[in-house]
Amino acid sequence: MTRFPGLRHLVAGAAAMAVVAAAAGGVQAADKVKAAFVYVGPVNDNGWTSRHDAGRQEMEKALGDKAEKSAFVENVPEGADAERVIQQLALSGHNLIFTTSFGFMNPTQKVAQRFPNVMFEHATGFKREINMSTYNARFYEGRAVAGLLAGHMTKTKVIGYIGSFPIPEVVQGIDATTIALRKVAPDAIVKVIWVNTWVDPGKEADAAKALIDQGADVIMQHTDSSAPCQVAQERGVWCVGQASDQTRFAPKAHLTAIVDEWGSYYIKRAKAVLDGTWKSEDVWGGMKDGFLSLAPFNPAIPADVRAKADQAVADIKAGKLLPFAGPIKNQAGAEVVKAGESIPDDKLAGLDWYVEGVQGQLPK
Amino acid sequence: MDFTAAVLLSVIAAATPLLFAATGELVTEKSGVLNLGVEGMMLVGAVGAFSTAAATGNPWLAILVGAGAGAAVSLIFAFLTLSLLTNQVATGLALTLFGVGLSASIGQGFVGTPMRPLPKLAIPGLSEVPLIGPLLFGHDPLVYLSILLLAGVWRFLYRSRPGLVLRAVGESHEAAHAIGYPVIAIRYGAVAFGGAMAGLGGAYLPLAYTPMWIENMTAGRGWIALALVVFATWRPGRVLLGAYLFGGVTILQLHVQAGGVGVASQLMSMLPYLATIAVLVLISRDATRIRLNAPADIGKVFHPQA
Repeated sequence: MTRFPGLRHLVAGAAAMAVVAAAAGGVQAADKVKAAFVYVGPVNDNGWTSRHDAGRQEMEKALGDKAEKSAFVENVPEGADAERVIQQLALSGHNLIFTTSFGFMNPTQKVAQRFPNVMFEHATGFKREINMSTYNARFYEGRAVAGLLAGHMTKTKVIGYIGSFPIPEVVQGIDATTIALRKVAPDAIVKVIWVNTWVDPGKEADAAKALIDQGADVIMQHTDSSAPCQVAQERGVWCVGQASDQTRFAPKAHLTAIVDEWGSYYIKRAKAVLDGTWKSEDVWGGMKDGFLSLAPFNPAIPADVRAKADQAVADIKAGKLLPFAGPIKNQAGAEVVKAGESIPDDKLAGLDWYVEGVQGQLPK
Repeated sequence: MDFTAAVLLSVIAAATPLLFAATGELVTEKSGVLNLGVEGMMLVGAVGAFSTAAATGNPWLAILVGAGAGAAVSLIFAFLTLSLLTNQVATGLALTLFGVGLSASIGQGFVGTPMRPLPKLAIPGLSEVPLIGPLLFGHDPLVYLSILLLAGVWRFLYRSRPGLVLRAVGESHEAAHAIGYPVIAIRYGAVAFGGAMAGLGGAYLPLAYTPMWIENMTAGRGWIALALVVFATWRPGRVLLGAYLFGGVTILQLHVQAGGVGVASQLMSMLPYLATIAVLVLISRDATRIRLNAPADIGKVFHPQA
C-alpha cells in the first residue's frame, strides 16, 4: 500500500493545477454519456466495489436514454495494468471514466493527459488535470455517529478497531470515533489492530477475536469483509459494519454500518458532461451531499439512544455538529485543537496522529 | 472461557487450514511431484464446500465435496505433468491462476450469503473443565480430523510398506520403475491426495473459520502451506509444529497490537513469517538430514523407458 508523506505539497500543487485548469477549461456539451468504470475488486464484493457499481446502476437509471450502456472492468490490479485498461476504455469511445481506487491515480492521470476530450473522475486521490477530477466521501462523519452509539452501548468501556492501512482516511475514522465515543463515555478507550490488508476474512476474524479477548465489546472495522461482524455475533458483542449493510451476517450484533453512496455524485457528473458544465474539481462530500449513509440502527438499541444518533446525523448534515470540533487533546493529553475551532480539511487530508483515548502508537 | 483458552483456540483455528494443505503437499512432494497449485486447489475446495453447504445445508456433505473438488482439479495437474510431461513448476502456477478464476466464477452468486459455522464439539462436563476442557473438547470436528490425518500420514509414510514405496518413487523414479513399481500411478494417487487435503484446508475457511464466501478468501494461505513443507524439511512432525507456530505468532502479534505496544504494525504483520522460517531453519539446519529427507527426484519429469 502506498504511503504519501508529501501529501500536503501535492495537494497544494494539485489545487494550483485545478485553478489553471478551470481558467483554461471549456468542455463541449455531449449528446450522450458513455461512461466507464474501473474497479479494483469484483462487483459482488459486498463492499467497496459493489457500492460503486450500485452508483453506476443508479446513474444509468436516472439518465435513461441520455446514457449509453456503461462499461465496467472488475478486478483491475493497481499499477501498470490499470493504465492499459483505462486507455482501452478511452479509446473505445467512452467520454466519462471513473477510476475507483487510490492506486489508479497515476495511471488515470497519464491517460487523462493523452485524451483531453475524455473526462476522468478518480476516487480518493489528490492529483487533478484539466479533464480529471477527484472525489471522496467524508466517511468520518458516519464514524462519529458510530462512536456515539458505541459510547452508549459499551459496558466494558473498551472499543476494538480493526484498521487496514495507517493512511489518513483510516486515521480520520479512528479519531472521529474516539472523539464521539468519549463525549458519551469519557473513560472509554479504543484499541486498534492494523491488519495491513483490505480483505482477508481470516485475519480480520482473528483480529476481532483478539480485541474481544482483550475486553472490547464493540468491534469497528475499516476493512472490507463481514468476518469481524460474524465474530462479534458469535461472541455476543456489538459491531459496526463497513461500506455496506452487514445486518444479514450479524443480525444481533450489527449496531449500524457506514454505507457508501456514490449514485448522486455519478448522476451529477454525468449530467454535467451532457450540458457541457463539467469542470475539474476536488469534491469531498459528506452525509448532506448524499455520499454516505448509515445502515438501519439495530432495533435492540434503546429508543432514546437511537433518537440521539438520529439527531447527530441531522446535526452533521446541518453543519451544527463538526466531528473534529475542539477541544481535542492528543495522546499526550495536550490540547491541540482549541474549543470553538475545528481541524481544517487540508490538515484532515494528512491526519497522522491519534486523539486522546486511542491506545497504542500510530505506525508511521 | 478464560483468556488463555480463548487465545489458544484462535491459534488452532488459524493453523488448521495450513495443516491440512501442508500435510497433503507433503505426501505429493514425497512422491517426487512439486505441485505449486495449492492456493488454487484450496480456493476450489472452499467454493465447492461453501456452495454445497449453501445448497443442501449439510456441512458433512460440504466437507466431502470440498475435498473432492480439490482432488478433481489436482488431477488436471497430474494429467498434464505426469501423462503429458509438462513442466511441474509452470503447470502448478497455472493451476493456482486457474483455481482463483474458477472459484471466483463459481462463487459469484454466493457472495453476501451468510452461513452457520460448523458446530463445535461439546461434551457435557468435559468441555467445561477450565483450560483443558475447551482445548481438548472445544473444537469443530475438522480440527480433530486435521491432526488425525497428519498422524495417519506419518504412520503411512514411515511405518507402512506402501508408504515406503511412495518415498522410493520420490527418491528415484528410475530405480522404482526398474523394480517394477507403477511410478505414474503412485504419483497420480499422491497428487490426488494432496489435492483433497488442500480442498479440505480450503473448505475449513468458509465452513468453520469465517462462514462466508468471498473471492480469493484464502489470501495466500496456500503459499504458506507450501513454504511450511520445505522449511519443515518434509517431516510431518515439523509440519505440525510449523503450522501451529505460524498460527500462534499470527494471533500473538494481534494481541500485542491490541495491547497497545508501540511496535510498527507492518513489522508485526511480517513476524509470523519471520518467526516460523527462523525456527524451522534453526531446528533443521543439519544439511545431511535435509538431503536425507528431501525427495531427490522432486520436480523431475519421468518418462518410463521401454
